[in-house]
Amino acid sequence: MSSKKDSELPVPPKSGFSRRGFIRGVGIGSGALGTGLLETEAAAAAPATLGPGPVPITLNINGKPVNLTVEPSVTLIDAMRNYLDLTGAKRVCDRATCGACTVIMAGKTVYACTVLAIDAQGKNIETIEGLATGSALHPVSKAFYDNDAQQCGYCTPGFVMACKGFIDEHPSPTEEDVKHGLGGNLCRCGTYMGIRKAVLQAAKEMKGAVKNG
Amino acid sequence: MANTPDYHWPPMDQRKVIGTSPKRLDGPVKSSGRAKYTSDLKPQGMLFGAYLISPHAHAKVTSIDTSVAEKLPGVKSVYVAAPAGTEMQYQGWEVAAVAATTEEIAREATRKIKVEYEVLPHFVKDEDLASAGANAKQGGERLVGDPDKAFADAEAVSEGHYGIPVVTHCCLEPHGQVIQWMGDSINVWPSTQNVPGYAGDLSQRLQVPATNIKVKMDYIGGGFGSKFNPDAWAIVGANLSKNAGGRPVKLYLERNAEQMIGGNRPSAYAKIKLGGKKDGTITAWQTDSWGTGGFQAVSPGQQPYVFTNLPNIREVRTAVSVNAGTQRAWRAPGNQQASYLTCCAIEDYAHKIGMDPIEVFKLNAQYAPTARIETYRYQLDKAAELADWKKLWRPRGQNGSGPVKRGLGVAIAAWGGAGHAGKARAVINPDGSVAIETGTQDLGTGTRTIITQVAAETFGLPMSQIKLSIGTSELPADGGSGGSSTVGAVSTTTRKSSMNALAKLYEVVAPSLGAQPEELEAVDGHVRVKGSPNKSLTWQAACRKLGSTQIAEMGENVPRSAQAEGLNTQGAAGVQIADVSVDTETGIVKINRYVAVQDCGLVINPKLAESQVFGAIIMGIGTALFEERIMDAQTGRVLNPDMEFYKLAGIADIGNLVVHMDIRPENDKRGVIGLGEPPAIPICAAVGNAVTNAIGVRVPTIPMTPDHVLAALEGRIG
Ligand code: FES
Ligand code: FES
Repeated sequence: MSSKKDSELPVPPKSGFSRRGFIRGVGIGSGALGTGLLETEAAAAAPATLGPGPVPITLNINGKPVNLTVEPSVTLIDAMRNYLDLTGAKRVCDRATCGACTVIMAGKTVYACTVLAIDAQGKNIETIEGLATGSALHPVSKAFYDNDAQQCGYCTPGFVMACKGFIDEHPSPTEEDVKHGLGGNLCRCGTYMGIRKAVLQAAKEMKGAVKNG
Repeated sequence: MANTPDYHWPPMDQRKVIGTSPKRLDGPVKSSGRAKYTSDLKPQGMLFGAYLISPHAHAKVTSIDTSVAEKLPGVKSVYVAAPAGTEMQYQGWEVAAVAATTEEIAREATRKIKVEYEVLPHFVKDEDLASAGANAKQGGERLVGDPDKAFADAEAVSEGHYGIPVVTHCCLEPHGQVIQWMGDSINVWPSTQNVPGYAGDLSQRLQVPATNIKVKMDYIGGGFGSKFNPDAWAIVGANLSKNAGGRPVKLYLERNAEQMIGGNRPSAYAKIKLGGKKDGTITAWQTDSWGTGGFQAVSPGQQPYVFTNLPNIREVRTAVSVNAGTQRAWRAPGNQQASYLTCCAIEDYAHKIGMDPIEVFKLNAQYAPTARIETYRYQLDKAAELADWKKLWRPRGQNGSGPVKRGLGVAIAAWGGAGHAGKARAVINPDGSVAIETGTQDLGTGTRTIITQVAAETFGLPMSQIKLSIGTSELPADGGSGGSSTVGAVSTTTRKSSMNALAKLYEVVAPSLGAQPEELEAVDGHVRVKGSPNKSLTWQAACRKLGSTQIAEMGENVPRSAQAEGLNTQGAAGVQIADVSVDTETGIVKINRYVAVQDCGLVINPKLAESQVFGAIIMGIGTALFEERIMDAQTGRVLNPDMEFYKLAGIADIGNLVVHMDIRPENDKRGVIGLGEPPAIPICAAVGNAVTNAIGVRVPTIPMTPDHVLAALEGRIG
């Protein structure tokens, strides 16, 4: 095997912690979702050896620090769902295709199935649970409700977060923008007609809110 | 009951809640991420399960050693589903499973199970019937009239071959459950379309009395026909729980297993010959079709589809068995395939005689079931109008000189959709609160919302005053949500239980209104004497007369007698038209517009009905353009058991959808008919016909991928 080919392989993390079962990160979908996660992971690898057993970590979720102990191979989606009971985001493809696991990390929408929990430390993580307080609905959630943009609803939390991230970056989208910007999320029940309308409604309302606020 | 109430739906113009479009009741909880699906649950002490599945398409387990896995710290139980000697018939077959304190440990442990396999020969490709050999089994022959004579007399004959492959349900929530088996009782939180039937099935398989099995599910992340019974994973999960001392175990399929064994739609291939007159009348039909349902052989549905009264038919159907995951009901089982084969063959006949296919479909609607003939003709005209057919449709090969060609295609659908057997209880409390209790489930179709609408209409109360309980085995049993049978059932049981409860209330309050019970009605929050609106009591005042006694009355849907009551019936019809552009240089197909005209009898909530049709079309567009389970002949494995290469339609792929619900009085008076399936039927056929119309040659095999389109253009497939 030529050395050139070797150098094209992803750089292994220096820490040598276990990434057992972690063959993820390829095929990041189109649209609003961030890229460059692999580089971020590699750069964030701590010099000290961690794992393969569980290690204590701190995540900053919805403005609050939470402590948990997970193996370094645990993804953010599994940390949220299995360790923190934050089950709004769903694990569906587990391979960065469907967007059901979408959260907003450091201001960017990301697939939580493709981020390691330990690498999410030190970043502000917004999940659907933090979108609104009490029983009030965030304008994006309300727009989904108003436009019947959910059926079984399993894709919905991921879609809502992707829409929120999309509108943050594109405050005045056209319908064409919506079609391209939300290509990174999939719905099996076929709620796209409602979602198209919901994004436009939410964008309008959120702009109004900023102006009035 | 002395006086059976008149259960009939109120006349169209007198309805206050039915026929309106309140927003879906579970919208807020879903769009805020608060809805707890069973795959989100984590009851006290829960263990995480993980599966080991067969990597081989056909193999025998010669030995299995779980000792290392069992010793892994955190592992609480290991269960062998395929002991030595088991012959496994497809990749993904359940071999063993582990329950552990974390999901990571459970997965690690499955990798420490040592299995030795004797690999056996496999057969996984079904496109070519000649290669199937002993895997092909006779699926039925049918002879109607005298096809030989009819073909000899025919003024025109067209021939073609067509194919529609295996696709998977690809529910976003995978199959599975959280299950807890303690001694003689079981608690289970499954992802199921059949809450009321689940305990009975599980009871038989685990020898635990059904009365000791509690089933609960509030939300399900998609089923589409694939989630009825407690599957192998429920049995495996239950045993893991039992072996772990009764701790609850969560066991859901990983995506790759979901795609391999979580269900699929059978394929269908056919060689079809049609004969008829130059005026478009088809007089003879010959079809030779085959397909596979996986290891379980399933032959294609009967053809011709819808045009069942055609006078001369010869039909041979063959079932091919392959070493791949077993088929399950897929949103109108058998119908997409039959619609595709039938509607493509008719389009080819129309082309042969140089006629507009809409006219040929209309003419041959004479062969549809009598009650539906005029409906189809009306719907064909309506769909053509909405699709601008007269302006946009051109005969094949006349769709412009540039590389991008536009084409239109039409297809039709039929479905039953009568309500299943079921029961509901309506409760009126002395404080005026009202509850409906029925052990059904809401698949995201809007079941909660329409039950509440029917109750609100019947009691004359706002929807917010109705408390609804569904989703557990402890409630009066409804049926499984299959065959589009739920809306007919729950609307009927809700209507009847509510009317029965009202009849009891009327008995109590009639004396104080100086009237007979049967003279009373519940309208606008009052109980009043019909025709004398000033003789009335507010709902609260009427209910206070109950003293301390609650009213609780049952209502039942009995399929045999339902039609006579007029509340629900069967027989939905639909016509759809696809408008596509095809780039003849790249082979890429783009949907411009898609029109659906759909009848489903009385429509309780037009907005939710429209959403159902949108959803059905979008799912159908995925299958028409992208979806196919691809098998590797060499290894027998599924090449795309993921969502990257098993591609669903995205938000940009579907074009513009136009849905017209055919809510005419003559449809309304038939009563409620199910809708989940009928609009999901004709999409592959409409898109296939549109692509063919655009490029001028038949693209025989779905999906309409660049590969298939270019091959047809280059004459690589005949
Ligand atoms: S589960 Fe993360 S993208 Fe599908
Ligand atoms: S609503 Fe069911 S997957 Fe989107």
